Amino acid sequence: MLKVNDLKVNYGGIEAVKGVSFEVPEKSIVTLIGANGAGKSTILRSISGLVKPRSGKIVFLGEEILGLGTEAIIPKGITLVPEGRKIFQDLSVYENLKIGAYLRKDDLTDDINMVYDLFPRLKERSWQMGGTLSGGEQQMLAVGRALMSRPKLLMMDEPSLGLAPLIVRDIFAIIREINKQGVTILLIEQNANMALHVADIGYVMETGRITLSGNGKELMANDAVKAAYLGT
Amino acid sequence: MDFFKENLPYIMAGISVGGQYALIAIGYTMVYGILRLINFAHGEIFMASGFMMVYLSAVLPWYIAIPTVIVSTVLLGFIVERVAYKPLRTAPRMSIMISAIGISYLIQNVAWYVTSGLAKQYPVIPWISNTVTIGNSTTKMVTLATPFLTLFLVSVLVVLIKYTKIGMAMRAVSRDFETSQLMGIKINSVISATFIIGSFLAAVGSVLYFSNYTTVTPISGAMPGLKAFVAAVFGGIGSIPGAVLGAFIIGISENIIKGLGWTAFSDAFTFALLIIILVAKPTGLFGEKSTDKV
Repeated sequence: MLKVNDLKVNYGGIEAVKGVSFEVPEKSIVTLIGANGAGKSTILRSISGLVKPRSGKIVFLGEEILGLGTEAIIPKGITLVPEGRKIFQDLSVYENLKIGAYLRKDDLTDDINMVYDLFPRLKERSWQMGGTLSGGEQQMLAVGRALMSRPKLLMMDEPSLGLAPLIVRDIFAIIREINKQGVTILLIEQNANMALHVADIGYVMETGRITLSGNGKELMANDAVKAAYLGT
Repeated sequence: MDFFKENLPYIMAGISVGGQYALIAIGYTMVYGILRLINFAHGEIFMASGFMMVYLSAVLPWYIAIPTVIVSTVLLGFIVERVAYKPLRTAPRMSIMISAIGISYLIQNVAWYVTSGLAKQYPVIPWISNTVTIGNSTTKMVTLATPFLTLFLVSVLVVLIKYTKIGMAMRAVSRDFETSQLMGIKINSVISATFIIGSFLAAVGSVLYFSNYTTVTPISGAMPGLKAFVAAVFGGIGSIPGAVLGAFIIGISENIIKGLGWTAFSDAFTFALLIIILVAKPTGLFGEKSTDKV
């Protein structure tokens, strides 16, 4: 579904991504793990058009999207749950969901109900301002908002960041659930353990390069990964 | 009560000019809310709108001239944004500000060139230029109509921002460009919409203002523009209700000061007020708590 080939990106004056290639097959969960500053976020930002890569190829559903602006990429069915959730603080929960479907012109009732079924907490807080939610609720809202666009590819940047372990588990259960409903997921995580558990394919990144790849279970069994990311 | 009775003409004039300032101030405050930019050209767009009416009403009947002026003013505001601000979207804020000052002088100088700097008589528009007598004071219809028209337009605007899709997009863009883009919102269209609304209200304001003051000069935009800007800062820049309230307070205070016989100090009062508010409460009456974008 998504093919990234020899992607090079300069970011903030340094070469943050130094020739990365990977693939996201349809209906799979793919994860990029690695330490802070490895270039993971920069890759997601490149795919969504927020930063302009220096060279390489990004092909989505057979179409080159590298060089297109965010305005052109989002309508193709890609969405990004940004790092730090970035929900709209002074829009209500309901409006945050509605704005997620900004490009759609059809009826949103079913989708809003679907999100409320997935996250009953959001339904209770429907009229509250986004900024008044707790961190976990904001993450739920960010995921719900992304789903509202009916994405083909859902990209998530550090969904577990700053959340309590129990909530992280909930979020990952939801990620799996969303994937079962047919949404392809590209996930970036520092929480390698959780990410590799749910992922079909994992890539390990170090300072702008992919150093290892394999299916989730293989990587979890890999000694280098264990030592570096799983703390065992 | 005696005070009220004696000063009725000044209070009415104050409410009226306050409404005119409010219509200009909304343009400043909305653009600031989205771009964090003081659109210095806004007062000049207001002035240009005045001249458009002068020239167009010479060849067209007033009921065609007014809508044409409004459309042309909106177009001018739109073009200013596209030419002077859009190319600098990612540039440092200081560059955009310099560009704003530049375009403002450009419009002013074009006006000097076209008019040779002579004051032009603003056309008399039926009904709103008629005089009416209230109590023992005589005033123009425009004085009475302005506050109602202003409040009507502001209410429409508030509903638009609160309940429509484009209004929701404006609120989102004013907070976070990048995430708004990720929602599929076309930032540039939303910014254009903001300039269109601001210029539309400035055009309506100019018809009301110049019907009252009767002449237009190339620097006619400077003082009302500055007053409206002070009103926007006073109310808390970025806030529409703040700008409207600030504009009415400034308009009324100025005219009461005139009524007390201190006409020479009425402008000084406005700017003293600006200094006081900046010292005492820099965010204004309804200003945002956080001044910078996250």
